[in-house]
Amino acid sequence: MLSGIIALIVLASFFGMVLGLAAVVFKVESSPVVEQIDALLPQTQCGQCSFAGCRPYAEAIAAGEAQINLCPPGGENLVQSLADLLDVEVLPLGEDEAVVQGPIVAVIIEETCIGCTLCIQACPVDAILGAAKQMHTVIESECTGCELCIAPCPVDCIEMIPVKQTLKNWRWPEPQYNANNREAESIFTTIDHVLAENSRP
Amino acid sequence: MSQSLSTSVAQKLKEKVRHLWSFPGGIHLSGKKSLSNHQPITTAQTPKQLIIPLSQHIGQPADPIVKVGDKVLKGQVIGYASGSVSAPVHASCSGTVTAIEERLIPHPSGLSALCVVIDTDGYDQWIKCSPLIGDSSDSDDTLYQTISDLSSHQISDQIANAGIVGLGGALYPAAAKLRTAERMQTDTLIINAAECEPYITCDDILIQRRPEEVILGILLMKKVVGAKKCLIGIEDNKPEAYKALLNSLRGYNNTHTEAQIEVIQVPTRYPAGGEKQLIQMLTGREVPTQGLPMNIGIICHNVTTAVAVYHAVYRGEPLISRIVTITGGAVKQPQNMEVPLGTPIRDILNQAGLNKDKVEKIIMGGPMMGFALPSIDTPVTKATNCILVSEKGELATPPPAMPCIRCARCSDVCPMSLLPQQMYWYAKARDLEKVQDYNIFDCIECGCCSYACPSNIPLVQYYRYAKTEIWDDERERNKSNIARDRHEFRKERLEKAKAAKAEAARLRKEKLAKKKALDAEKAKQEKEKSSTPSDETKAVASSSADLIQEAIARSKAKKAQQQSQKKNTDNLTEAQQKKIDEINERRRNRSSSEKTEE
Repeated sequence: MLSGIIALIVLASFFGMVLGLAAVVFKVESSPVVEQIDALLPQTQCGQCSFAGCRPYAEAIAAGEAQINLCPPGGENLVQSLADLLDVEVLPLGEDEAVVQGPIVAVIIEETCIGCTLCIQACPVDAILGAAKQMHTVIESECTGCELCIAPCPVDCIEMIPVKQTLKNWRWPEPQYNANNREAESIFTTIDHVLAENSRP
Repeated sequence: MSQSLSTSVAQKLKEKVRHLWSFPGGIHLSGKKSLSNHQPITTAQTPKQLIIPLSQHIGQPADPIVKVGDKVLKGQVIGYASGSVSAPVHASCSGTVTAIEERLIPHPSGLSALCVVIDTDGYDQWIKCSPLIGDSSDSDDTLYQTISDLSSHQISDQIANAGIVGLGGALYPAAAKLRTAERMQTDTLIINAAECEPYITCDDILIQRRPEEVILGILLMKKVVGAKKCLIGIEDNKPEAYKALLNSLRGYNNTHTEAQIEVIQVPTRYPAGGEKQLIQMLTGREVPTQGLPMNIGIICHNVTTAVAVYHAVYRGEPLISRIVTITGGAVKQPQNMEVPLGTPIRDILNQAGLNKDKVEKIIMGGPMMGFALPSIDTPVTKATNCILVSEKGELATPPPAMPCIRCARCSDVCPMSLLPQQMYWYAKARDLEKVQDYNIFDCIECGCCSYACPSNIPLVQYYRYAKTEIWDDERERNKSNIARDRHEFRKERLEKAKAAKAEAARLRKEKLAKKKALDAEKAKQEKEKSSTPSDETKAVASSSADLIQEAIARSKAKKAQQQSQKKNTDNLTEAQQKKIDEINERRRNRSSSEKTEE
C-alpha cells in the first residue's frame, strides 16, 4: 500500500519535473495576438476606427473591446483576414465606410503653403518635409493617405489624390463572365479608327 | 564519296537513336502557320514617326539621355541601362527627337509609359558601328577574326550595349542572363526554335532565310556561357527551317567533333515552346519549382536572340529592329516583316493591307497567350513577335462561362502538372495563401486549361488576376511595415523629446529649490548671527555698524554741502543776485497765498 503510494508520488514528481523542464527548454515563442492583428492592419494610423492608431486598435480588438469592421482603409479583405485569424464572424463594413476607393496620397499645393508646420506635427509617419515659414512637401512614397494633415492646415492647401497607376502597380482585373464581350467592343472602336484611316486617299 | 555517305548514315542513325522525353498535358492546335511562312521577309517602310518606349524589358526602365530637339542617328543610344537588370534603348532610324513623354504602349493594361518620340528624316543614316569581328577582307587591325579570339566578357559587354533582351517573350536582359549562366557553370545551352503558338512564323522564317546568322549567334552565346553542349529544339512542323539548320551546321559539326550542336525535332504539341517544357523534352529534366533552368545546369535562349547577338558582334548593330509576323484572316498579305522598333502598328498594318469588312480582333502575340491591343497607335517593341488580325469567326469568342463541373480536363492538359480547378476556386475566393499552396507561380499562363474547359471558364485570367493580387498584397504589406516603423520611430522621438523637456524642467526646478534652500540657510545663519553673536562676531558687527554709521554721516554731510553750495552761484553779479532774490521772494509769497486759499 505505502510502497505503491510512494512509487506513484515519485513517478508523478519525476514526470512533473520532466514536463516542467521541457516547457522551459522547448518553449515556443508565439507572437501574441496583438502583434498578429497589428501585422494585418494597414498602418495608415488614420484613426478612423476611433482609436489613436493601428496598434491601439489592435489592442482593443485583442481585448474584445472593438469590432473587427472599423477599418475603412483595410476594407473587406482586412475584415476577412481578421475574422480568419480570430475565428469570428465576418462583419460587413459600416455604412459610411463602405465607400470603396483606391489608394490615395496627400499632395501639398506649394503656392498656397504658408509654412506653418501644423501638418508636419499631424503626420503620424513623418512623411511631410519642411520647416517654419518654408514650403512643405509630402514624401509620396511614405504617405499612407490617412488624411490627418488636412484638418490642421489653416489655408486648405492639402489635397488627396489617387495613386497613379503604372506598369509596376497595375493589376489584372478580376475576370467577369462577360469580360470577353466587353473586350471585343473596345477593339471594335479601334478598328473603326483603322478603317477610317485606311479609307483616306 | 563513300566517306560522306558513311557520315550521313551515321548522322541518320544518331537522329534515330536520339531519345526524346515528353512533358505532361499539352494540346494539339491547328497551326495556321502556312498563312505566312512561305513569303520572303519584307522590310517595313521607314515610318514618319517612331515611338520608342524606354521600358522594353524586365527591370528598371532605361534613363533617357537625349533632349527634345536633338538630332539622333540610326543606332544611337537614346536611353542608358539603369541598374544591373536593365537594357539600353537605341534610335531605330535617324531623325529629330520631338518629345519625351508618356505614350500608350502595347500592354494589356492599356496604360501609358515614358517614350522617346522621333520624327524620322528619311535618310536612315547609321551611327558608326563598332563590331568585334571583322571580315577577312577588312583592313582594320583592331578587329578579331574568329570567335575563339574573343573573351567571354567582350562578347557579353557587346550584347549588353546592344540592348539585347530575351526575344522569345520574357524580355530579360540577355547579357545578364548569360553572365549568370557563366557564373553558375551552366553546361548546356538550349536554343528554343519550337515556336509552338499557332499563326506565329517569325522564328521559322528567320531560320529559313538566315540560318548562318543563327548558328554564329549560337556559337557566340555558347562561348559566353562556356557550355559544353548545345541543343536546338524545333517543332516538326517546320521542315524547311530544320533542313536549313542542318545544312549550315554540317560544316561546323565536321570540324568540331567534341562540341557538337545538335538540332532536334520535337513533336508539335502546344506548349512545346515553353522553356520548361522544351527542357523537359530535350533532356528529361524538370526545372525545380520556382527555380531557374540554371539550377539544373541549363540555359535557354530564343533563336531570335541568337540572331540579335550575331548582329551585335559581327556588325556592331544594336537591337533596333525585329521580325514581326503580320497574319490572320483579315490581313490581305500575311507576311513576316522586318520592322524598326518604335514603328506604330498602324503603319505596318497599312503596309500589309487589311480587309476592312472582315476585321474582328487585333491581337499582339498569338491566339493563346496574346492580348488584344488597347490601340493600334501603339509601337512595335522588342516583345512584338506577331500582330494577329482575325476575321469574324476565326477566333471563337467564348460563350458566357458556366459553372465548373469538376471534369478535370484542365488538369489533364496542364503542362506544369498543376491543379487548375483548385487554383480557380481559391483565386475566385481571393484566398491568396491557398492559391500559392497550389504553386500558382509555376503556372506559365499557356492557356491550355481555358482552351480545354467545357464550361468556358476564363481560367488563365483568374490566375493572372491572383498573381497580380498577390504581388499587390506583398507591396501593401511592405508599405505598411515601413509605415509602422516610421510611426513607431516618431512615437519614440516624441516621447524622447517629452522626456527631455520634463528632465529640463525638473533640473530647473531643482536648481531653483537649491537656490531657495541656500538663501534660506543664509538668512537663517544671519538670523542666528544677530540673535546669538559671539565675541568675535560682535566686534565685527560693531565695527561694521560703526562703518555704516560713518558712511551715513558722510553722505549726509555731502548732501548738505551740495544743497548749500549751488554750483553756478559762485560768482554772480549783483544784478543777478538781486533778480534771484526777487524771484525767490515772489515764490514764497505765492506759496503762502496758495496756502491761505486752501
